[in-house]
Amino acid sequence: MNKTQKFYHSVALNAEKCRGCTNCIKRCPTEAIRVRNGKAHIRAERCIDCGECIKICPHHAKRAIHRHFEDLEGLYEYLVALPAPSLYGQFNNLHNIDFVLNGLLHFGFDDVFEVTRGADMITQYTKILLAEGKLKKPVISSACPAVVRLIRARFPELCQHVLPVAAPYIVAAKLARKAAIAKTGLPAEKIGIILIAPCPAKITDVRMPVGVKTSGIDAVLAIDDIYKGLLNEMNKLEEKDLQPLSQATATGTSWCISGGEARALKQDKYLICNGVENVIEALEETEDGKLDDLDFIELKACTEGCVGGVLTAESPFVTQSRVYRLLKNLPPANDIPKEALPLDILDWTEALEYAPIFQLDGDLTTAVQKMRRLEEIVKTLPGLDCGSCGAPNCRALAEDIVRGESSEHACFFILKNKINRMYQEIAISEHPQEEKPHEK
Amino acid sequence: MNEILKLHYVVDGNNFSLAGQAASDVKKMLKTLGMAPDVIRRVSIAMYEGEMNMVIHADGGEIDVDVTPKAVVMRLADRGPGIADIDLVMQEGYSTAPDDIRALGFGAGMGLPNMKKYSNDLKIESQLGIGTTITMRVDINSRG
Repeated sequence: MNKTQKFYHSVALNAEKCRGCTNCIKRCPTEAIRVRNGKAHIRAERCIDCGECIKICPHHAKRAIHRHFEDLEGLYEYLVALPAPSLYGQFNNLHNIDFVLNGLLHFGFDDVFEVTRGADMITQYTKILLAEGKLKKPVISSACPAVVRLIRARFPELCQHVLPVAAPYIVAAKLARKAAIAKTGLPAEKIGIILIAPCPAKITDVRMPVGVKTSGIDAVLAIDDIYKGLLNEMNKLEEKDLQPLSQATATGTSWCISGGEARALKQDKYLICNGVENVIEALEETEDGKLDDLDFIELKACTEGCVGGVLTAESPFVTQSRVYRLLKNLPPANDIPKEALPLDILDWTEALEYAPIFQLDGDLTTAVQKMRRLEEIVKTLPGLDCGSCGAPNCRALAEDIVRGESSEHACFFILKNKINRMYQEIAISEHPQEEKPHEK
Repeated sequence: MNEILKLHYVVDGNNFSLAGQAASDVKKMLKTLGMAPDVIRRVSIAMYEGEMNMVIHADGGEIDVDVTPKAVVMRLADRGPGIADIDLVMQEGYSTAPDDIRALGFGAGMGLPNMKKYSNDLKIESQLGIGTTITMRVDINSRG
């Protein structure tokens, strides 16, 4: 941990819109946000880019930084769209995915490569790995980048349980580039691999992936940003004119709804959990060894899975229902033997390492001293967890004080008591005759 | 003496949904202290087992935890029925848990053996009809 880590985050604040309210600080699962001088500040080392603050902010002051289609102009000679399956659930009465894929071509892409193809391969590979019995059980899915970052920051023991396999969009991106090179003869850098994503965590993971050196993705567009333009193109299409492009299976497509990934593995004992608070609870129980008999744990930080991503156009429930309907007409994925899988793309090349971002001090003796002080300070705070001080709760304020990042006067109640006392002292010194007890 | 962090927990004997809360709090605190993952795991499993035992057998009790840079010492004291044969309860698989507790997934007879396995030192003091005090120490290896 001695090398300086640089952080990149796709979740950012629009300071002009921020009113300094307490919504985001309270929702953040890693207590990464503080309000200082009336504006929210995100602590880069703590943020896992889950997007919860974007979802909760009533003033739309939090946003995800992503690219727009216009930004891509002139950068590449051949643009390949990588639609995440959650995109398919955005459209009402969609029965044929080729509407979406042909729509993307009309929108301006030269080719499409579905993320579901990566998911199909990962499903197959995970089944093989589970059967080989070399993974530490319970195996935790590595598909949700917010969950992987949460584990890295908060659950040291569980790092070795995370499936050491790249996420579907990364697998798909690398396959897509190979396919595009073969098809066009262009050099790799002339090809733009563009992910159409439902969440900021994937944007961050594309820039700074975990487990692999590079994501192979050149830019990320948000589903809600291209939605209107894409729908417009789709509406112009006639079904009889559609190019048959989709290779989506029910297996790969179901990955965008909570449980799809785990069920596809056909294991006896698995757990499915979505929503970041629930995920934390499941991770706590796993860490305590209460779930040791499970084979596989699927955790997705967003409600109902990727369809609940903050960059989608529709609500998680509506999208989920549409995806279920789509699945009925899709074939299951074919089995692929291990020899035929692109292991160089699938396997993680780097282990997931615990990043103890919550520790009070690098030195244990100092940390213990600080914790003692922290406990003392907690006792002096009102325990209302009101958030007025800018920290999410009283304990977090105590922690900030111990870290030297805040003071007890940030607490409105402590300040009020002090002012009351000062006021009384002034009143007494100005009118000494009133010093007599005024009751009994 | 500035290097000892003392923590105190009262364990409610009749609340299963709260059982394990003290162990969970200690786990969180050790993470904030920056303890090695292995130490956190050992402390939290040993303490969790002890805490569950207090809830299942003894209507709760009190837990004191001393954290120093060298070791984590947990003292779990209850006023339960006491343990008649300590050698017997230390055997893996031995359990007195009634069916309703087993139905919840507890009572596999691994509680005390696990507490012994995960701590560097385990001491049981017990008197029938008076109660049991279990002291466990988990050493923190120097991390260089």
